[in-house]
Amino acid sequence: MFFIKLIIRNAFRHRLRTFLTIAGVAVAILAFGMLRTLVGLWYLGVERSSATRLVTRNAISLIFPLPISYKDRIRQVPGVKSVSYGNWFGGIYIDEKHFFANYAIEPKNYLDLYPEFILPPEQKEAFIHDRKGCIVGKKLADKYGWKIGSLISLRGTIVPGQWEFVLRGIYRGADRGTEERVMMFQWDYLNETMKKTMPRRADQVGYYMIGVTNPNLAAEVAQEVDRTFKNSLAETLTETERAFQMGFVSMTEAIMIAIQIVSYIVIVIIMVVAANTMAMTARERIPEYATLKTMGFGGMHIGVIVFGESVFITLIGGVLGVLFTFPAAQWIETELSQFFPFFSVSPATIYLDLITACGIGVVAAIFPTWRGATIRIADGLRRIG
Amino acid sequence: MRIPYSYSFRNLWTRRLTTVLTASGMALVVFVFAATLMLAEGLQKTLVATGSYDNVVVIRKSANSEVQSSVERSQASIVESRPEVAVGEAGQPLLDKELVVLINLTKRGTSKPANVVIRGVGPGGLPLRPQVRLIEGRMPRPGSAEVIAGKSIAERFQGGGIGETLRFGMRDWTVVGIFSAGTTGFNSEIWGDVDQLMQAFRRPVYSSMLFRLRDSSEFEALKEQIESDPRLTLEAKRETRYYYDQSEAMAKFLRILGLSLTVIFSLGAVIGAMITMYAAVANRTTEIGTMRAVGFGKRSILTAFILESLLLGLTGGVLGLFFASFMQAITISTMNWQTFSELAFSFTLTFEIVWKSLLFSLVMGLVGGVLPAVRAARMSIVDALRAT
Repeated sequence: MFFIKLIIRNAFRHRLRTFLTIAGVAVAILAFGMLRTLVGLWYLGVERSSATRLVTRNAISLIFPLPISYKDRIRQVPGVKSVSYGNWFGGIYIDEKHFFANYAIEPKNYLDLYPEFILPPEQKEAFIHDRKGCIVGKKLADKYGWKIGSLISLRGTIVPGQWEFVLRGIYRGADRGTEERVMMFQWDYLNETMKKTMPRRADQVGYYMIGVTNPNLAAEVAQEVDRTFKNSLAETLTETERAFQMGFVSMTEAIMIAIQIVSYIVIVIIMVVAANTMAMTARERIPEYATLKTMGFGGMHIGVIVFGESVFITLIGGVLGVLFTFPAAQWIETELSQFFPFFSVSPATIYLDLITACGIGVVAAIFPTWRGATIRIADGLRRIG
Repeated sequence: MRIPYSYSFRNLWTRRLTTVLTASGMALVVFVFAATLMLAEGLQKTLVATGSYDNVVVIRKSANSEVQSSVERSQASIVESRPEVAVGEAGQPLLDKELVVLINLTKRGTSKPANVVIRGVGPGGLPLRPQVRLIEGRMPRPGSAEVIAGKSIAERFQGGGIGETLRFGMRDWTVVGIFSAGTTGFNSEIWGDVDQLMQAFRRPVYSSMLFRLRDSSEFEALKEQIESDPRLTLEAKRETRYYYDQSEAMAKFLRILGLSLTVIFSLGAVIGAMITMYAAVANRTTEIGTMRAVGFGKRSILTAFILESLLLGLTGGVLGLFFASFMQAITISTMNWQTFSELAFSFTLTFEIVWKSLLFSLVMGLVGGVLPAVRAARMSIVDALRAT
């Protein structure tokens, strides 16, 4: 009890310095938490994708299509429950800045494969029965103020031309992490138009989505599908949706690694600042430590006092940083919803924040503690200033 | 009467540990600041250097990159016969009709795939890009399943080295040469014979066309004519512009990221500097009082402390830049979102980044030092002298 009182009193002796250090730690912890969340978001696409859905694409690379005739052959593979397919459309709404993902899909099986897209049954029916129909996620609809029946016009980049769609449904995500900024429309609409304008590229799909009867069979099914098309004109590569997403993510991994490194650098910076504070504090109090020792306190006691003060200060900073993390995340989510539709701080990040704050305190205290604990009484008392 | 400059300098020297700690905090911030700018610069430089100003890229309208584009053979012939296309020594047009597709290759030492650009070039491909030179092996023979790989590909991807083979389009392709393209994006490409590749990928159309202008000033008129020709659904861009557009989003992302990180980090460093300077002032209360009593003015004290803080910032800045300059040896390889393909580029230090970083470190020192310096200058002589 006595020690705690001493530590708190000591911590606020230099109010300005303590306040500045706390502010520094708070900023660092805030930055650290935000960066960790950003990195987490990068991998969110991987986490929310299912391990039971398989994606089949052309083995050369994603930009090569597969013939539509593969659909029935894939369905014959044992273990396959349902097959759907789609094309990345890459249409542009207004201009490049208004980017959102848009796909041409075969509606019926596709929506069954994605139970996390919750669409009212009557809207689903309307979508399936309208060749020019499309559905969009709630967030996307809100952003552009689209209502059921709205006309949406996209400019094709892969398939040239202006394309008109009628909004037939707005889906919601089953949980907060589900992507709600996607537009999907009928593959048939795309294909019929292609048949007229560029028959060479008609009857081809970008990828197949496969639902398996038993998740444990996913690997065998994937191998079997690829074996079926081995040595054909369009060899396939089948992997789980998760692995597929991971492939995307790992392509930009270098940047994420850089951000991760940077998030540790901020911690190092603040460690240096806190260590500096503690070094100064201890230097000023050397005569006091000597006095304490004269009174019979051991090196351990002094160590506890210095350590306690350091950890106390950084922990306050850490808690403040954590408290600021939530409004900051909220702000990002509302102001930058275009980039981060979903910016929520995970409990793991919070724990990591607090552990880091303690770590800063501990590291900052090592040197001053050692000096305070090992000081010889006579030297300490003799010292002036 | 002014306080000698050496006073500020020697103060920093006297309290070395604190100075080093504070300066290294700032050095880290400057390091991050400089490194992100260098990265964005390196990316842009790589892509912009890839193009030549006098070259024109023709792609399909509203296609953002060569990979998305397609140019029909008949359209290609129309463009080829335009008088603005420069003519080479042998009377051949300086023009190349190319195929650009992506293939998946695995990086060496991992099982991670990446999208790599494979470019089918004709005889005109090399003369139009003087920066590309063969550094090892030989050129592919026309009509054979042979390719040459860019330097970055040869180093980083399985099957990219000389003598190795790559399998795609139901054929094995032998790498017979390695080319270097200076600091340009071509280093991350594989080149082969355009007709062979079109056959292998079963694509009867070209992706893009590249040609040299007879007279650079004719570009605007040519662009106008190509884009308004009802037989063509193409658009023309200067090659430099084309590659600049491809790097824009990513460079912007890196800059914004770097900027916001630096702003947050500099808060930490400024606070560090402030703590140090406040302590410097507090420890020297008597000294300051004495100086005032001896006759140095308030302004003189203020200048001395601000100078000390600026020196502190500069030390941090120089240290940070020193370490950042080593980053130039590192090559980053990542996917460019706009082209969807792998691109290798290095950190590039330019004079602009150097002065920006130093200025930034001075500003940090100034902001951290102003308040403590004001406090020092406003001390009353009697109180300061009485303090122990």
